[in-house]
Amino acid sequence: MPHDSLSFIFLDAVLANNFVLALFLGLCPFLGVSGRLETALPMGLATTFVMLVSSICAWLINAILVTFQIEFLRLIAYIAVIASAVQLVEMALKKFSPGLFRALGIYLPLITTNCAILGLALFQTFRHYDFLQSLVFSLGAGGGFTLAILLMAGLREKLALAEVPSIVQGAAISLILGGLLSLTFMGFAGLGGQT
Amino acid sequence: MNGESPKPVTWETFAAGLWRENPVFVMLLGMCPVLAVTNSAVNALAMGLATTFVLVASGLLVSLLRAAIPKQVRIATYIVIIATFVTIVDYTIQAISLDLYNALGAFIQLIVVNCIILGRAEAYASRNRPLPAVVNALGMGVGFTFALLCLGGVRELLGAGSLFGVALFGDRFEPWVVMLLPPGGFLVLGGWLLLFAWLRRRRGQAVSVEGGTCHTIR
Repeated sequence: MPHDSLSFIFLDAVLANNFVLALFLGLCPFLGVSGRLETALPMGLATTFVMLVSSICAWLINAILVTFQIEFLRLIAYIAVIASAVQLVEMALKKFSPGLFRALGIYLPLITTNCAILGLALFQTFRHYDFLQSLVFSLGAGGGFTLAILLMAGLREKLALAEVPSIVQGAAISLILGGLLSLTFMGFAGLGGQT
Repeated sequence: MNGESPKPVTWETFAAGLWRENPVFVMLLGMCPVLAVTNSAVNALAMGLATTFVLVASGLLVSLLRAAIPKQVRIATYIVIIATFVTIVDYTIQAISLDLYNALGAFIQLIVVNCIILGRAEAYASRNRPLPAVVNALGMGVGFTFALLCLGGVRELLGAGSLFGVALFGDRFEPWVVMLLPPGGFLVLGGWLLLFAWLRRRRGQAVSVEGGTCHTIR
C-alpha cells in the first residue's frame, strides 16, 4: 500500500499509530473520562467531530499562511482557530440539535485543551497532506481516539469489580492498564510500520 | 524582599512545585509530553528546560498584565501569550540542534496545550505579583524537569543500557527495547506512581492520589 493512499492514512491513524496509545496525545481525557462507558462514548464522538472541523479549518488557515509566507504565526493561528471552532460547534449544536448538545454537555468546551486536536493539525501540516487526505486523517485519528477510550472504559468497568490492592488503586493501575493496551496495539505496527 | 507584599516570597513558594505539588507525580498534569518524549534522558532534559522557560516567561508576562486583562477574555489572552513563547522556543531549539528538534518533533509546539502552564497562569500568576509568580513558575518547572528526568533516565537505562548516551552496562547487556516504545512510558510512570504511593503510605500520610485530569483546574 502506498504511504499516501487514503486507506493507508486511515488505518495508520486508527491502529498502527493510534493517537492515544502510540503517540500519547489526548491522555487527559483518556485517563479522566474513561471511568464509565456511557461517558466515554460521547467524549470520543465529540472529539472526533471537533477534530473533523478543526482539521478543515487548519488546512484552510495553513493555505493562507503559506500564501502570505507568515508560517511563524501558524501555532497562534491554529490555537485561536481551534478555540473558535469548538465555540462554533457548541453554538451550532445548541441551535440545531439540543439533544446531542445535552448528551455531550461539559465535554465540548474542554476539548479545546485536548492536545490531540492541536497535534492533528500540526501533523497534517508537517506531512503535507492535501485536503482529502487531511479529512480522512482526522476521521481516522478521531476513530482511533474513540476506540482507545472505549476499550479503556470497558476495562476499567471490569476493574471496578476486581480486587485491586489499595496501594495500586487510582492513577497507577490506570497507567499500567494503559501500558498493557498500548502493548497490544504495538502488534498493529506491522500494518504500516513506524513513521 | 518586598516588605509590603501580602504573600512574601519564601522557600515554600519555590519548593511547592518540587515535591508536595509536583505537577507530574502528584497532580498528574501535562501527561502527554511526559510520556511521549522521555525515551532518553537528553530528550527529557531538553523538554523540561523548554517547558520551564515557557512557564517562567508566561508567568512573568501574565503577572505584569494581570490588571490590564479583562476577565472575560483571560483564557484566550493567556493562550496567545503562551503560544508566543512556545514559538520562540520552537525556533530556538531548531537553531541550536536540529537533531534534538527532530527527536522532539511536534511535542515542542504542543507545549501550548500543556495544562501545567495554563493552570499556573490561571491559578497563580494572574493573582500574584511578578516576583512570586516567577519563583513559583520556576519551582514548577524544576519539578516538571525532575519528573521527566526520572522517567527518561529509567527508560533509557532499561531500554538502551545507557544514561545521557553513555553506555553503562557493557556489551553483555540485552536492551529491554519495549521500554523505549510507547508501552514503556505507561508502565514506567505507573511504576513511579506506585513507588510514591508506597512511600506516602510508609510515612502514614492519608493523602490519596486522585485520578486527576487537566480538567479539574479549569
